Amino acid sequence: MNFNRIFKTIFLVEFILGLYLAIRELFRKSKTINYPFEKGSISPRMRGEHALRRYPNGEERCIACKLCEAVCPAQAITIESTERADGSRKTTKYDIDMLKCIYCGLCQESCPVDAIVQGPNFEFATETREELYYNKEKLLANGDRWESVLAKNIKLDKPYR
Amino acid sequence: MLEYIQILGQEIYRILFLLVPILVSVAMIVWLDRRVWGLVQKRRGPNVVGPFGLFQTLADALKYIFKEIIIPASANKVVFILAPIITMTLALVAWAVIPMSEELVLSDINVGILYLFAVSSLGVYGIIMGGWASNSKYPFLGAIRSAAQMVSYEVSIGIIIINVLLCVGSLNLKDIVIAQNDLWFVIPLFPMFVVFFISALAETNRPPFDLPEAEAELVAGYQTEYSGMMYAMFWLGEYANILLMCAMGSILFLGGWLPIIDIYPLNLVPSPIWMILKILFLFFLFALIKAIVPRYRYDQLMKLGWKIFLPFSLIYLVLTASFLFYFDKLPKGNF
Repeated sequence: MNFNRIFKTIFLVEFILGLYLAIRELFRKSKTINYPFEKGSISPRMRGEHALRRYPNGEERCIACKLCEAVCPAQAITIESTERADGSRKTTKYDIDMLKCIYCGLCQESCPVDAIVQGPNFEFATETREELYYNKEKLLANGDRWESVLAKNIKLDKPYR
Repeated sequence: MLEYIQILGQEIYRILFLLVPILVSVAMIVWLDRRVWGLVQKRRGPNVVGPFGLFQTLADALKYIFKEIIIPASANKVVFILAPIITMTLALVAWAVIPMSEELVLSDINVGILYLFAVSSLGVYGIIMGGWASNSKYPFLGAIRSAAQMVSYEVSIGIIIINVLLCVGSLNLKDIVIAQNDLWFVIPLFPMFVVFFISALAETNRPPFDLPEAEAELVAGYQTEYSGMMYAMFWLGEYANILLMCAMGSILFLGGWLPIIDIYPLNLVPSPIWMILKILFLFFLFALIKAIVPRYRYDQLMKLGWKIFLPFSLIYLVLTASFLFYFDKLPKGNF
């Protein structure tokens, strides 16, 4: 042991430096945010809760091509379709099992008409499993609720797709 | 008969007058501990329940009360239940002799410091009983570690107390404080204050000496098998003990209820406030240290206790005694 080390040990030099550091950091701003009251920024690419979008005239975008059902790696999507009176193909059933979903975003990427999208909402915890089996009404309601954000996010992310 | 009941009633009233503030301040101190810890680590700490999160501990305690108490099938039930009760009782009982001001003390006995020392040594029983009665590996190892650690550091704390007593000439806590009227013992006995503080950390199983509950190795040490209110009692006892150590430090070295300097605006402040401020200052150091230090290895802990602190405090004891004797400053008591 050299002199320097002995001096440092006896006079608790490192310890006092640590104490000084702690007191200095005590008065600085915290790095964390006050979560339920403040929220961090979210990227336009955020893959959160799903939503089915509509055209501005209120028509559903989904054309029941079932690409999302086919691409879904977790097989969380179930679609049934029928021909409507005007000859267009539309879904009669569009279910997503949010418990199976792995939030990979492949459904959104595969969709040719930007109908199924994953929005910025990640706070959709429920108290029962059943509430997380989303059906078409729930997804369309999500789309109506988040439409302004969804449209903006899709526009912002367009150059990179 | 009626007289006895009256006296008993008065005593109970006095005891409650002491106990309730202590329990409340223990709750506040847990909050302070977590908050300081969080702020040093650049988090926010508990800040949701009540103003600044002050009621967080009360919420936690409420949660513990409603939780189920699980007693392991192979545990020794009587000892298992007795252990947290003993820990908490001993931690609270010691407060009887702590003088908050010249008048404000529950029982002003003339061997106060001896009583304090004895009661804080008994604290190890609660831990070792809890660890043994759990009948499980981790609590047992934690309890053994804790017992060994507390015994080792108690020795040097004892010698540090003798250092102070040499300068005072009385075992009464009030006399110890009054003897510091001119000069707080923290100045002439500064090395002893540092050793006392570090030993107090070890005595209360605080980081860097929290080996009994080293979560990486021992889950939660002697508390592993405890749940619900019994766990909360261990936890209350632990923090009451920490507060007690802070109170002991401020009485022995920081001049108890005496103001910093006896001048006009400072000596208007009521003496219990000074005492509380000093306890808070020491506790603040406890909390800061929890945030900055890594844990000791067990052999390092033992080495520090027996090979460094014990000889050092013994040498300092001889130095103090020789100094006092040579300059004829030994306290003139009636003994």
